[in-house]
Amino acid sequence: MIISFLCGLLFGLGLIVSGMANPAKVLGFLDLAGNWDPSLIFVMGGAIAVGFLAFSYAGRRKTTLLGTEMKLPTSVKIDRRLVFGSILFGAGWGIAGFCPGPALVGLGMGLPKAIVFVLAMLAGMGIFELLERRRGG
Amino acid sequence: MVIDSLNFTPWSPLLGGVLIGTAAALLILLNGRIAGISGVIGGLLRPVQGDILWRVTFVAGLILAPLVYGVFYAWPHARIDADYGVLIAAGLLVGVGTRYGSGCTSGHGVCGISRLSPRSIAATAIFMATGFVGVYLIRHVL
Repeated sequence: MIISFLCGLLFGLGLIVSGMANPAKVLGFLDLAGNWDPSLIFVMGGAIAVGFLAFSYAGRRKTTLLGTEMKLPTSVKIDRRLVFGSILFGAGWGIAGFCPGPALVGLGMGLPKAIVFVLAMLAGMGIFELLERRRGG
Repeated sequence: MVIDSLNFTPWSPLLGGVLIGTAAALLILLNGRIAGISGVIGGLLRPVQGDILWRVTFVAGLILAPLVYGVFYAWPHARIDADYGVLIAAGLLVGVGTRYGSGCTSGHGVCGISRLSPRSIAATAIFMATGFVGVYLIRHVL
């Protein structure tokens, strides 16, 4: 519990330091045809460099370093849901410059626009849950 | 394509990325969980006993990060140009899309690519491409 709190905290600090928590910076990165600011490639580069080492080690273990269950995703199928969902997500990300993590950090800064975005995002997730339950999922 | 050299800042994104990667590394190695923000929140909307507390504390840490950062440094400027109507539409798209797509920039883009998961590599390619197209349409066509 304390570990996940500290991980969330560290993750959030990373988002602030990296510039991901600034939607204008994110949109500058997504604007390939304009005055392109490639800075945020380095966020993924830095995160994946560390992540790659950690996840290749985690993949060879059955339990965590604390002896609890290691819950790695097992699905490998690229299905219609993955494609459809990722298109919707990319569209939302592209029009506002917010993805879920930075939006929560913006909420922590008390930015009214970030709060509205997070509420809409939670509503979107709620709609998904309702549709899934109707499907019997 | 013109590189915006005025706003180009490789070092703080790299440092921020290393912090994000370290957080994801600690969460998988110590807690056995994927640091995917949309998945962590989404799991709270379908609560399973014994699977709630770590999610709540992770989100709490994320939300409190600006407070902790603010103790040491002034917050960097966050500029949000979108108006409220656009933000609501974008939030709905991000909420529905990340749940159908099983992940966002963190779960697919960072953790999934680090695991070399084909699903995550495909998802990241798709949402980045859609993001590029979206910004192109808004800034250069409409």
